[in-house]
Amino acid sequence: MKRQEAPVSEQASRTELRPPTHRYDRRVVAWWRTQLILMTVVVVIPLVTLGVLIAPARSWLLAPAVVVAIIGGVATIALPAWWYRFHRWEVTDRAVYTRTGYFWQNWRIAPMSRIQTVDTTRGPVQRLFGLSTIKVTTASSAGAVAIDGLAEADAERVAHELALITDATPGDAT
Amino acid sequence: MSDAADPQPTEWNQLDHRTVLATGVVMLGVVVAIGVPTVVGLASWQGIGFALGWVLPGAILVVATVTGADELRWRRTRYRISRDTVELHRGILFLSRRRLARARIRAVDTSAHPVMRAFGLTKLTIGTGEQGGGGSDTETIVLDPVSHETGERLRAVLLNQDDASAANGAALTEDGAHRLATWRAAWVRYAPLSITTMIFVGVIIAVPFQISDWFGRGGLPVEVVRGLFERHGVWPVIALGVPTIILAAGIAAAAVNLEAWWSYRLDREPGGTLRVRRGLLTSRSLTLDESRVRGIDLIEPLGVRVAGAARVQVVATGLSAEAEQKSELSTLLPAAPRELALEVAAQVCGEFPSMLLTGHPVAARGRRLRWALITIAVLVAVWVALTALTGWSTWWSVTVAVVVALTSAGLIARAVDSYRNLGHALTERHLVARRGSIRRSTVLLRRDGIIGWQVRQSFFQRRKGLATLVATTAAGRGRYTVLDADAGRALDLANQAVPALIEPFLVDPLVQPAASERSEGSASSETI
Repeated sequence: MKRQEAPVSEQASRTELRPPTHRYDRRVVAWWRTQLILMTVVVVIPLVTLGVLIAPARSWLLAPAVVVAIIGGVATIALPAWWYRFHRWEVTDRAVYTRTGYFWQNWRIAPMSRIQTVDTTRGPVQRLFGLSTIKVTTASSAGAVAIDGLAEADAERVAHELALITDATPGDAT
Repeated sequence: MSDAADPQPTEWNQLDHRTVLATGVVMLGVVVAIGVPTVVGLASWQGIGFALGWVLPGAILVVATVTGADELRWRRTRYRISRDTVELHRGILFLSRRRLARARIRAVDTSAHPVMRAFGLTKLTIGTGEQGGGGSDTETIVLDPVSHETGERLRAVLLNQDDASAANGAALTEDGAHRLATWRAAWVRYAPLSITTMIFVGVIIAVPFQISDWFGRGGLPVEVVRGLFERHGVWPVIALGVPTIILAAGIAAAAVNLEAWWSYRLDREPGGTLRVRRGLLTSRSLTLDESRVRGIDLIEPLGVRVAGAARVQVVATGLSAEAEQKSELSTLLPAAPRELALEVAAQVCGEFPSMLLTGHPVAARGRRLRWALITIAVLVAVWVALTALTGWSTWWSVTVAVVVALTSAGLIARAVDSYRNLGHALTERHLVARRGSIRRSTVLLRRDGIIGWQVRQSFFQRRKGLATLVATTAAGRGRYTVLDADAGRALDLANQAVPALIEPFLVDPLVQPAASERSEGSASSETI
């Protein structure tokens, strides 16, 4: 390459993102646990069933079942508690701001002026725990921001307020 | 012919009737291409009379049916351009009526294959810049075909909105257009350096297998190669065969490039549109409303980059997902000398793209090297296992070891190169982000086109103080990333790129004013 553009060296900066103000509803931990249990069970039960029925392959089927059960069990106990501590959300009059993940942390900011739709959804399991998901989409295929551990009443209030603010904000959102 | 495009009256127009002729000719070609070998095959078996007696009526039936269907389609298709809308009615059994608001039309494409060109026909695709919802399908009207003149006029009418320029649109585009780039035959030299060549290598190897498989002799190519090995020795065959295959693939890549980009030109037309015209056999034209443009992507695949060239792709809203995948549709400039690519980028972006980028922390190189080393460890482990467990001859073992060594060197080089390529910058109107090694991509994204941020940090990134900043946008891929930047710098960059968006959520642990700002910001903006 003839014209190599020398990278400008940079110094570190101490700027940080502050956590969003609100935690998820406490019940989200139980909901996450249930999901993890279901995911584990869906794998383990067929393996165990087949292992019981098919004698020659028994050890080949039961060994993975045990491994999956152990991993699933540990994850069920440990992960939701960590997640709960990290998951946060905030809605200001300018933007929706969330922090999710644990090992892979993810902060998302969607400005009010770019929000196109506000959806509230309740999954079948989620409903058992009295929780709702609010999903805010923008014109970007990658710009959606979801808050999935809100108490139903909170979710309705937030969705209503979001609708009011986005309606009042001009612009075509692209 | 009743397909004159009058911008005012709401009269229904038909497509060009010559479509039936064109379809007839195409079908004739298809029938000849399939029929002649069939006749020859049958004749050697049952005699020429028998062959013709079966194939000829069949051929006539096929041509007549398809041409008749096209006639019916022509009769049942109507379109209308009124002051505010474009409408299309079509369908033989199921009627389909589609209406687009003219104010929302953002792109008009034309394309014509050789037979259509011979008849002076062109296929016109009218699209809005809308995404999602019903998908690109419901937001597009295709007029297939109209006469070349009508196509040109409709294109000008539909994109130039005002009636004065619409009246003599065709003439005006020729005169008033500003040429940004013109094709040069010498650019073809970059084509063999692209990934296309690799694909053709695969094709050249795969096709003999496929063909011999049709005749029930799938292993034939292997036998032929083994025969050559036995007769001439292994090394002479490899030394001659491999370059021959690569050369043939390179020529094929050049030919494809030539067909696609022959007589390419990029124009900026009055009324704020960009127009790409190109093609040797099939002529294509893409017209883009400049208000949709959110930036450009300067793409330098390794081979092309070493040759000092680059390709320019447009980052625009409303290009369908399909257009995103087929990079051809969003390419403004094919692989061309880098200076020209930068110039085109500057013209489209309205400012010269600064290529003086801020590099990323050395920790980012560590991450890349670590991945390379893990891959190398796996390769070596596989080699050891194979050597130990299978009865490999020394020759095989050594050959594979050499391949593993070369691959390892390549992986290390790629890790170092992709670290060197990491960088970002902020210009007056654009966020610049560069990444990649095999396919280096430098994105210039309009700062006012950024409609949200994501900051990502994996466990390992966090330990090294790195973060990945993702700018979301309505255009192109929808997300453009600044990979593995210094975590704090990434946030500063986001803050500078789009004022006031991320700012309320930032703190600087060492500076106190930021803390007061923070409480003030959260207090005033709190709604829940």
